Amino acid sequence: MSRTRVVLGVFLAFILVAPLVLPAFHVTLLNYIGLYGIVALGLVLLTGVGGLTSFGQAAFVGMGAYTTAYLTTVYGVSPWLTLLAGLALTFAVSFFLGFISLRLSGHYLPLGTIAWGISLYYLFGNMEFLGGHNGISSIPAINFFGLALDSARKFDYLIWTLTLLALLSIHNLLDSRSGRAIRALKGGGQMAESFGVDTARMKIIIFVYAALLASMSGWLYAHLLRFVNPTPFSINAGIEYLFMAVVGGAASVWGAVVGAGILTILKQWLQDLLPKLLGQSGNFEMIVFGVLLVLLLQRAREGVMPLVLRYFRAPRRPLPAAAQVLPQRTRPAAGETLLELRGTRKAFGGLVAVNDLSFAMSSGEILGLIGPNGAGKSTVFDLVTGMLALTGGEVHFRGERIDILSARAIVPRGLARTFQHVHLLPAMSVLENVAIGAHLRGSKGVISAALRLERTEEAMLLAEAARQLERVGLAASMHEQAGSLALGQQRILEIARALCADPVLLLLDEPAAGLRYREKRALAELLRKLKSEGMSILLVEHDMDFVMKLVDRLVVMDFGEKLAEGMPQAIQANPVVLEAYLGGVK
Amino acid sequence: MNTEIALFLVQDGLTNGAIYALLALALVLVFAVTRVIFIPQGEFVAYGALTLASLQLGKLPGTAWLLLGVGLAVAAVELVQALRLGAVARIPVIAFKFIVLPAALLWLVWWAAPQKPVLTLQILLALALVVPLGPMVYRLAYQPLANASVLVLLIISVAVHFTMTGLGLVFFGAEGSRTPPFSDAQWKLGVLTISGQSLWVMGASLALIVGLLLFFEHTIYGKALRATAINRVGARLVGVSPAMAGKLSFTLAALIGALSGILIAPITTIYYDSGFLVGLKGFVGAIMGGLVSYPIAAAGALLVGLLEAYASFWASAYKEVIVFTLIIPVLVWRSLTTHHIEEGEE
Repeated sequence: MSRTRVVLGVFLAFILVAPLVLPAFHVTLLNYIGLYGIVALGLVLLTGVGGLTSFGQAAFVGMGAYTTAYLTTVYGVSPWLTLLAGLALTFAVSFFLGFISLRLSGHYLPLGTIAWGISLYYLFGNMEFLGGHNGISSIPAINFFGLALDSARKFDYLIWTLTLLALLSIHNLLDSRSGRAIRALKGGGQMAESFGVDTARMKIIIFVYAALLASMSGWLYAHLLRFVNPTPFSINAGIEYLFMAVVGGAASVWGAVVGAGILTILKQWLQDLLPKLLGQSGNFEMIVFGVLLVLLLQRAREGVMPLVLRYFRAPRRPLPAAAQVLPQRTRPAAGETLLELRGTRKAFGGLVAVNDLSFAMSSGEILGLIGPNGAGKSTVFDLVTGMLALTGGEVHFRGERIDILSARAIVPRGLARTFQHVHLLPAMSVLENVAIGAHLRGSKGVISAALRLERTEEAMLLAEAARQLERVGLAASMHEQAGSLALGQQRILEIARALCADPVLLLLDEPAAGLRYREKRALAELLRKLKSEGMSILLVEHDMDFVMKLVDRLVVMDFGEKLAEGMPQAIQANPVVLEAYLGGVK
Repeated sequence: MNTEIALFLVQDGLTNGAIYALLALALVLVFAVTRVIFIPQGEFVAYGALTLASLQLGKLPGTAWLLLGVGLAVAAVELVQALRLGAVARIPVIAFKFIVLPAALLWLVWWAAPQKPVLTLQILLALALVVPLGPMVYRLAYQPLANASVLVLLIISVAVHFTMTGLGLVFFGAEGSRTPPFSDAQWKLGVLTISGQSLWVMGASLALIVGLLLFFEHTIYGKALRATAINRVGARLVGVSPAMAGKLSFTLAALIGALSGILIAPITTIYYDSGFLVGLKGFVGAIMGGLVSYPIAAAGALLVGLLEAYASFWASAYKEVIVFTLIIPVLVWRSLTTHHIEEGEE
């Protein structure tokens, strides 16, 4: 049995027995760790994994707590129904707040959360019907099939059941198609968009998910204490929740529970110690928390989990057996016009990067796009794939105008690319990185992922990723971290990822850069093989030897304009091209 | 509401708004130069006000001890670095700047405070105690992470805010303080009574804004800060040290914060933790300007002041709710006028 399983088993046994044997004080502490852990779990997903920060989670906790407190005491509604009511209210509010702030640059969300965290706190304290600063008391106990959960010991089981379920749901979510998209948000947003991930939607989803978990924690809190007042939902509490997530770190979902545990116990200890030391009473633990967090971010940005995980090597999971292969799109007949640029133009302010460029390529062709540095080749790629908006002209793909479409809408039409500067998620495995390419070939969303209802589709996606890795010759490195590969291999990985999108046209931006001679030969071999299978390739490359031996035709660009177009031999003899590359003889 | 009350609220709103505008300018300055969203700005407001309040009571302010403590911490960090680099020659400078000077200041204030010097001297002493904390905080918390993402720096800011609030409680205690006004003069202008204090606040704010403008336009350090704000790498290439720019912008922010505290102390009771809300109101203004535009930030902050004045008249219990909910329409407006996909940092 692996060490992970032993520790997990011991922990579960502890959770099961602890409420029966521990003294009351420790049971209370355990309850709080569970409650805070649920909120911190949401933040591990939102901040740790997704790279979005919220200081306002305490306000969502308050929303869940006050909804149930009000409805159960005034209208006598069953707590199970008020849980749903609280979640529904939180959903509406968090969706609205996420919608307006997530479209802005990264720091507006945290600033916004501070502002409405304060705003909601004062609202709780000033609304007459919520009991003002005195709060609401005599909240009923939760009744579980006739068993009243009216003591901290009994309640402990409910808290930890929900904590562990929340943990499992996020663990499942991160290990799925949606999870890969979420993990790409931090540092890979553009790449994810170019493979069809709706990053704005993913951000809202994780924000709402974190808010819902906070609301559930608030519901538990209200029924554990049977009393609510505004104090535990202040902005300071919101900041402490974020501390928990940062202390635990995002390396594992367990970071939330570990972070909540460390901070809860530390706070308890400091609240006893510091006032005695300083001879006055007050929340002096704030000082220590602040200093601790600064030191942590300066010395160990990833939190404590990486230190813990060092003792638990993740087992290498075998690939799940896929019953079916993903369906492939119909390929165009060879020789059919595939891509056509008509007077394409892109200006950045006064700089015209692409100047009325027109060319066409047909199906089954390898077309090389060459030109000196700064000629506008990569900009052409960005225009064709929809990453940049055109200033003028049109782009047509398989007879359809695509320059008016977003990057996300262009991928499913059969166009996939690699990047000049590799865009990988270094902490994810090679296989998972490649599977992002197949994002649009699956359809299952966040809820089915959290509940593990998408395993058939997931197996098909991973099998496809593995198949493409085999195709490009990287199958042996499948389970390694993408960041540990050599640069040349990372470029090949990008090709596999693009192939995963099932394209009919592959756009490769300098695939041979950084490759050694032997690797270049293997790459040329691979591209020829792809061509023989009916793939069309548009290639930007500087290595002339590589290009001339591989391509069918060339388009030469200089200063954003087309200089020449033709067969490799003709281009090599073209005086205009020679002048552009080697300089004119005056 | 009659004209008299309406005009009184305008005066009240503009007085507070002037303070928020100062803070908003400091926030934009710090963000532009260092990418730090300076949440602890408010703590400098509280420290400034409470230090002056202590001096007016003839007591030694807690900040004098705090400055020495923080100075020792900076000295320790600097010494470790100097020893690691083998720069032994720097040790006396470090000891002088971060240990001897704060200690001398502590002694000076300890001697001067019971004699209750004139207000101007008290203000100068308060500034001398609070302002150096700005660059020291930058050195300790931010400088080692100067290249981190905006979000990491923001979390650091919140952590610093936590620590400084806690330290404020240790050094100033839980009681609030209010200082006597700079001037008791009052003028009748039709139905409106103008108080000397609000003229002081508005005048001082205006003078400070003009001073900042001159500093940025006409001094080499001001130009260095502007250069850093426009292009960090470029500024570095022509010899503007990012650490110098960071410390300088934090010094200015601390100065603005402490002065704001000194100006606001006669108007409202300041507690060790009051600064946070005051600073955040400056933020609401700064966010209106997208954290980049000085004039819009200042105008936004004045608007916050006016809104707050009217809110406290119509629905005083919901004053904070109304002011901080203002950020929602601001975000909606900004989100409708901004179009870009943000590439994640890190």
